Order: sequence, then C-alpha cells, then structure tokens
Amino acid sequence: MSSFLARRFAYSLVTLFVLTLLVFFLGQVLPGNVGRAILGPFADQKAVEVLNHQLGVDRPLLVQYGAWIGRFLQGDMGQSYIYRAPVADFVIPALGHSLKLAAVAFLVVVPLGIAGGVVAALNINRPTDRIISLGGLSAAAIPEFVSGIVMVLIFGVWLRWLPISAAWPDGAGALTQLYYLILPAMPLVFVLFGYIARMTRAGMIEALDSDYTRTAVLKGLPWRQVIWRHVLRNALLPTITVVASQTGYLIGGLLVVETLFRYQGLGSLIYNAAKGKDFPMLEASVLIIGLTYAVATLIADLLYSWLNPRIRMDGGQ
Amino acid sequence: MTEPTLRLDRLSVAYRAGGRNRAVLRDISFEIARGEAYGLVGESGCGKSTVALAAVRYLPRNGSVTSGAVRLDGADVMRLGPEALRQVRARTISMVYQDPGKALNPSLKVGRQLVEAFEVVGLHPAERKFRALEMLKKVRIADPASVMQRYPHQLSGGMQQRVAIAMALANDPTMLILDEPTTGLDATVEAEVLDLITDLRRQLGTSILFISHNLAVVAKMCDRIGVLYAGMLVEEGPTWEILGSPRHPYTVALLRCLPRGGQRKGHIPLDTIPGFLPTPGALMPGCPFEERCAHADDRCRTEIPELREAGSRVVRCHYPDRAAVVPRNTPTDVALPKPASEAAPVLRVSNLSKTYGQGSHATRAVADVSLSLLPGETLGLVGESGSGKTTLAHMLLGLVRPDPGGAIELDGELLAASLGQRRDEEVKAVQIIFQNPDSALNRSHSVERIIGRALRRLGGFRGADLSSRLAALVEAVRLTPRHLALRPRQLSGGLKQRVAIARSFAGDPRVVVCDEPTSALDVSVQAAILNLLADLQAERNVSYVFISHDLGVVRYLSDRIVVLYLGRIMEMGPSERVFEGPNHPYTEVLLSAVPNLDGTRDIRIRLSGEIPSATTPPSGCVFQNRCPRKLGAICETLEPPLTEAEPGHVIRCHIRAEDLDRLQRQYKASVQIVEAHLDKFAPHQLAE
Repeated sequence: MSSFLARRFAYSLVTLFVLTLLVFFLGQVLPGNVGRAILGPFADQKAVEVLNHQLGVDRPLLVQYGAWIGRFLQGDMGQSYIYRAPVADFVIPALGHSLKLAAVAFLVVVPLGIAGGVVAALNINRPTDRIISLGGLSAAAIPEFVSGIVMVLIFGVWLRWLPISAAWPDGAGALTQLYYLILPAMPLVFVLFGYIARMTRAGMIEALDSDYTRTAVLKGLPWRQVIWRHVLRNALLPTITVVASQTGYLIGGLLVVETLFRYQGLGSLIYNAAKGKDFPMLEASVLIIGLTYAVATLIADLLYSWLNPRIRMDGGQ
Repeated sequence: MTEPTLRLDRLSVAYRAGGRNRAVLRDISFEIARGEAYGLVGESGCGKSTVALAAVRYLPRNGSVTSGAVRLDGADVMRLGPEALRQVRARTISMVYQDPGKALNPSLKVGRQLVEAFEVVGLHPAERKFRALEMLKKVRIADPASVMQRYPHQLSGGMQQRVAIAMALANDPTMLILDEPTTGLDATVEAEVLDLITDLRRQLGTSILFISHNLAVVAKMCDRIGVLYAGMLVEEGPTWEILGSPRHPYTVALLRCLPRGGQRKGHIPLDTIPGFLPTPGALMPGCPFEERCAHADDRCRTEIPELREAGSRVVRCHYPDRAAVVPRNTPTDVALPKPASEAAPVLRVSNLSKTYGQGSHATRAVADVSLSLLPGETLGLVGESGSGKTTLAHMLLGLVRPDPGGAIELDGELLAASLGQRRDEEVKAVQIIFQNPDSALNRSHSVERIIGRALRRLGGFRGADLSSRLAALVEAVRLTPRHLALRPRQLSGGLKQRVAIARSFAGDPRVVVCDEPTSALDVSVQAAILNLLADLQAERNVSYVFISHDLGVVRYLSDRIVVLYLGRIMEMGPSERVFEGPNHPYTEVLLSAVPNLDGTRDIRIRLSGEIPSATTPPSGCVFQNRCPRKLGAICETLEPPLTEAEPGHVIRCHIRAEDLDRLQRQYKASVQIVEAHLDKFAPHQLAE
C-alpha cells in the first residue's frame, strides 16, 4: 500500500507542477498590460513602464516564473497588484470561506446522494427508483442561479426561515455561520445530488447482481447484513472517486453562488483577479484550488485502497 | 419410501423479456434421493443453471415459476416465508458455482466470509472461528490459519473453489448444488476438486445436483443423469446406461460430438448437430429436438412426446428404439493427407526465451524452447495456466519480443522479433484465432466488412477480385451469403468463431496459432469448428499451433504434441506416442487427471502443492517438488536435458525412457487390478 500511495503522491506533485506552468503561462495570454490595468487608461505611458519594471513584469517570462515559484515554495504568495497588499491576506480567508461552504454542501449531499442511490437500486425500476433517478437528473440540469433564486424566494422571502445573504455578522459562532450557509449550499446539493445518486445506484446494481452477493444471500445471511457487509463496500468504490473529483468545482467554481449570496469565496476572488489582471492573486488562488483538489484526490485514493484490498495489498498493480 | 431430498414437480419457469414471458424450463420433474449425486447435462441455453437457481429460489428479477413446485425435504421452496427461506439456505441447501474468484467477496478476508456461514446458524462467536478452521482442513487446505487472513485474490483458483466448497458445506447441508464447479480450472486442479467433492460426499452423505457441460466430469461424479434440451428433460437414468446406450437422439448426438478414445482427425471427422437450439419462449407444438433430428416425422412435429419409461430410464421420444441407428451428419470416409515428414519445416524456433521483469523479480515465462513445425502439421501445445503456452504463441506472432539469443525462422528465413518490423508477407503468413470471438471481432462492423477488410489488408485484393475471394472464403468456413450483412452480436458463438477463422485465413497463412479456439463453445459447435479446422488444413496445407487445455481435443487434431511446464518443454513427440507413453511424469499426471467417457475408472496420480511461480522456480528439474517419481538429490540439483526416448519423441527427465515405460506400465497394470477389485463392490451392489 505504501508504494501505491507514494506513487499517487508523486503523481499529485507532477500534477501541481504542470498546473503552475499552465496557470502562469496561460495568465500571460490574457489581453492587456499589467501596469496599464492598474494605473488606468489615462496614465502616462512612462509611469506604466516604471510600474511594470517595479513589479518585475518586464523581465523574461521564465525568470518571472522561477521567481514566483521560488517565493511560493517559501510561503510567500506575493503582492496583489490591485490591493498593494500580500495576496495571502485575501486568498487564505477566501479559502476558509470556500471550504466552509463546500463542507456544508458535502455534509448534506454525500449522505443524501448515497442514500438516494442505494434506495433507488434496491427498488430498481419501481416508482421510487424512477422518482429518485429522474428527480436527481432534473435537479442537476437546473443552473445554480435558477435554483438559488428559487430557494431564496421560498425560504428567505416567503417563509423567512433562512437569511438571504451568506454574510454572517462579525464574530458569529460556528452554529450561526452554519445557519447562514444552509441556503447557499442548497443549489450545490441540487447540482451534485443526481450525480452522486446515479453513480451509487450503478455501483449498487452491479454489486447486487454479482456472484458474491448471491453467495452471501444463499449462505442465509439476513438481507440487511448482505447489504451492509457485502454490497455497500464494493458498491461505493466508484462513488468515492466521483465525489473527490467534485471538490475542485466546490472550492473554486462557485462564482455564481458566491455572487448571489454575497459570499467572499475563492470563486469571486479569482473572477475579480482575472478582470483586473492581478496575476499574483489569480495564480495563487488557482494554485490553492489545485492543491485542495490534489489533497482531496489523495484522500479518495487512500479511502479507495482501504476499501479495496486488491490495491492495498498489491500496490495497485 | 423416504422423501427425496430434492424433488422438482412439473416445474416450469419463464423469463420476462420484451413484454412477454418466455418459457425456459418446461414441465421438469426429477428427484434426488438422500446421498445421491444427480448430474444435469446439456448445452448452454438448455436451462441447467435455471434449474439450480429455482431450487434455491434465486431466479433473476425477470424470472418466475409459472407452474409446478420445488420441494426440498418435502417443503415447497416457493412458499417459504422470508425467515424460513433464510433458514433453509443457511442449513439445508447450498450452492457452489463457476468462477470462484467472483463468488467470494473481493473486499473481505476469507476467514470473515467463512465465519459468517456459522454466524447465520447462531453459533457462539468463539466457536465460529474454530469451526471455520476445521472446515478449511476438511477441504484440504494446508495452512488454514494463514488462508483465513487472506483476501480471495491472494488465493489461486483451486484454493478459492475449496474455500467456496468449505463455505457451502459448513452447516452440513442435505443438498449441495454444484453448477460447473470446475469449469475454468486447470486439469490437475479440476481433478483435485472433483476428488475432494467425492470424498466429502462419502463422509457427509450429502445429496448432490451436479451441473456441467462436460459429460466426462458428470460421468465420473454422478449416479444418475438427466439430459436437458430446450428447457425439457429429454432423457434420464443411471449414468452408464445413458452414456453407454443413449436412447434419445439428442443424447446420441451430444456423445458423438466428443472426440473419444483415440479418435483422430485422420480417421473419422466428429459428428455434429445441424441447426440451432430453439430460442427461449419459442412455441413448440412438437418435440423440441424435432428440427435437428434425423428421425423426425409428422408425429414429432405435432405432438410433444411424453416422458416414457424404458427399463430403469425415462426418455422423451416417440421412437426411442431408433436412437441407436440415428445416421451421422458428417460422412465417415474422409482421408486426410499426413504431413510429409521429410519436408522442410515451415516454422523453426530455436532457443526461444522470454523473461519479464528484472533482477529478483525476473520471471522466465518461456525458457529455451526449440521446436519445428512441418507444412500441414498440427502441433498441440499442452500445459496448465502459467506454463508459457500463450507467451510462446505471442512470440511466434511477433506480439511479444523474445529475449536476445532466440530465433524464429519462417521457411528458413529469420523472422523479425516484433510485428512492426515484419514484412507484409511475413505478417500474413502467421495468423491467430482467439479463444473468445466475441472480443476478437469488432462488434460495430458487419461480417462482410470484417472479412473484407482482412482480405484487403492481408490479401491485397480489390474490386471484383475481392468479392470473388470473399465468396470463396465465406463458403470455405461454411457460412452462407446471408450472414454477410449481419453483425457479430446477431451470430451464435460458433458462427462468430467461423468469422474469426475466415479472417485469419484471408491472407493464405502458412501457420495459424489457435489459442483455445473452442473452449468457449458447446460440444456440438466445438465439433463443427474442429472439423472445419481439419478440412481447411487438408485443403490448404496450413500448419497449426494448437493450444488447448482439453486433451481430447488436442489429441484429435494434433500430429505432434509439446507439453510445457513453467515455460520449459517437458515432453515433445508424435501425438499417439505422447498419449501412449512412455511419458514424462508431468505428462503422466496430466493424462491421469482427465476424466474420460470410456467407462474406465481412473485411479488418479495425485499431485502435491500448487504450480510454483515462474519467478522462483524450483532448483534442478522444475517439476521435482511435485514429481511423483522423483529420484532424489539429482533432481534437485541438475536440470535434466531433453533426451530422446524413441525417434522424434523427447522427454526431459533423469529417469531413462525404458525405466519410465516400465514404471508406467506397472502402474497401469496395478490400476487395472484395483479396478477389477472395486467392481466387486460397485455402488449399486452396496446399496442393496
């Protein structure tokens, strides 16, 4: 197992390295000039050049890339061009916000999605299955801004159960924060539920039809134990990978939800950084998302190999 | 009379598909008495497994019992409540099926899965483990405590099946269902598992329902057999009566499809069964076998025959007395030319080796193999899994690059090691037919496109030339033009294999590697494919390298045989000589492991342990750690050379050929004495 994890860890590092290259060089393709973007269209060309020189963006790209990576590895994410302040001061709180929202959404959607998939599979081709499968699919097709607004209307405006903004008052405790995050998490649950439920359903059906399930049933095990001990464990393997692959979206892809609920997450940070050609901010945010994604995948691999002895024992050969 | 353990009472089962019920079992009745072993035979699609699944009430979601009953110890299985059904499964009936690797849960330790069998009957937790260990010992697992701690994928197929059997027998059931329990296992492993089942049955007195497509295995294991055809029981009776003098035309035909005794391609072609099995749910106004039966008349077409008694058996035929004179479907007088032994070999392999991995992980899959193949000759490649058969074949094809030092020559010219470096002429000269035509044919192409493409690529034919060659080739493999527009999924397994054969013959090959070409096929289809291969060889003077685990099939088709063990040639010689001896001790074991249909009770030579890993082969002779005729220290230190036992017959053993011959004759003679002795206490006499 250790060799399997070591290999996976090495893969993650390679992935992150490629990501830094992509982020850095693709960032250069964005139209416009850094100094010009900061100083505005009416600034003197001289001043723009001086600023560019001060920022170091007139140096060769490879040098810039090297300097950036070097600092990043030491924990220095650089200075924001726009705010003239350390990038870390923006990225870290934004990451915290994003993680909180993602965690709330995850805690709701993963158990719900798995349960939905299991129930659907156990009632295959019956009305329950049809409702869950079709409902999940329909929900996944609704864009977040539609489901978000509907949720706001129902729970925020009509029923007045939940606050319509995610911006909790300063110094709010964990429970209050959770209370503010329920509504923003709902559109995410909508999007992911169908996906997770479908994967679980497919995994369950395969496991239910398998020979080892037949062995367990014919052994005389009670149905409940057949499901818990024999079916679920094997059925959930593909679901784990799917769930992990959604972390990138949940951490950095929530611009719409963040805007809708006025929430300071990584999504809006990236959007604003890209608009303002604030490279250090943009690069740091994307890299942080990549890092989170890599960690999530690694955890998924760990879980996967823990549940799957063939990988655990043989190093995934 | 006591109640039978299992009784099927006019059982009919249907599967729902396309909005209607399709009958798969029709009005089946039979009984299995206490302690009796009952065999169910028939080709795939006849409903054998459905019988088993109905008996344990585990029919697929779309399956249902439409009439009749299954009685287990007198109780109607279909009417049991959920808890009663669970108890019956836990204590009374259990089942072992094909592919033990899938039957065990891949993510739970073997011990845990076995312990569950005791948990369900409410055994005290402390006692469960003890009983589990005891059970593993019973199925002859050498190191039960360590096996308990392992996961299924860490065990060999034979070990997995023993664990499955241990699990099935844990609570001493009165009824054990074995559904193709040894299909897919190697010959020696199969023999061990069958021995084990025989011994356990004697100890426990369990009734057995044994399902197999392999008539020889059923003959070895069962007291009585039933023959299923299209969901109907067509004949039933004591095993040797049915196999010795079958009365139903289907049973007769089934037996004629098998290469038996010393039957060889040069003498008589195998008989085949024309036509196809009726599709499930097809309306049958008359006898289900009517369309394929040479005797069928108007009565057969309009009236379903009843099961009628004929002595100790029952037959579902209007004319059971005519069975013995059912005419053959293939002519008997076909003279095949023998390969000219003085001709120059078409293929010569010298010192071919293949090592996978490096350093301490180096695995020698094939070690120093030299052989030659004459034009029009079939070389049978025999050996168990891990013996290097497939690696050797793939090196011939250029799919695997051999270690430096070896050479493959085609018509005296050196062949490049990898396919990419071979000239077009060379590529089309060496072709392959795979075991599974399903995965070997592109499922989105029509038959015409598959064969046409091969003719263009390998034969270089275009335009009118192409169509005439296509027509000729299609006829040569006994397909008809109406098959051309079909796609593989619309064809039966046998037809698909014909398409695959046509494809490999598109470029007029000199050598065709046949890698288990009939293993996935039913016996009647197998017979037709073997006949086809023999005919094509006679017409085109093509040479075959024929890989199969079925020694009967190898013997039928091969002129010479190579026996491989751990990548080494242990024995090589003319087919008849290899089957008659003297033999290498490994060949002797292999031959004695195969159950036959000739009514001789074989006293098997037991092989100890499992096939060693090619990464760590035993020192000296690679077979020494399992050899029943091991001499001593010399076998452990020195690898014997291939020595000539008689002209053209070589054996890799320290024992001289004369001595091997003497030892083996003595052994066979002693077996005959034991047999004669056993006959005095034949089971039917004991029962009286």
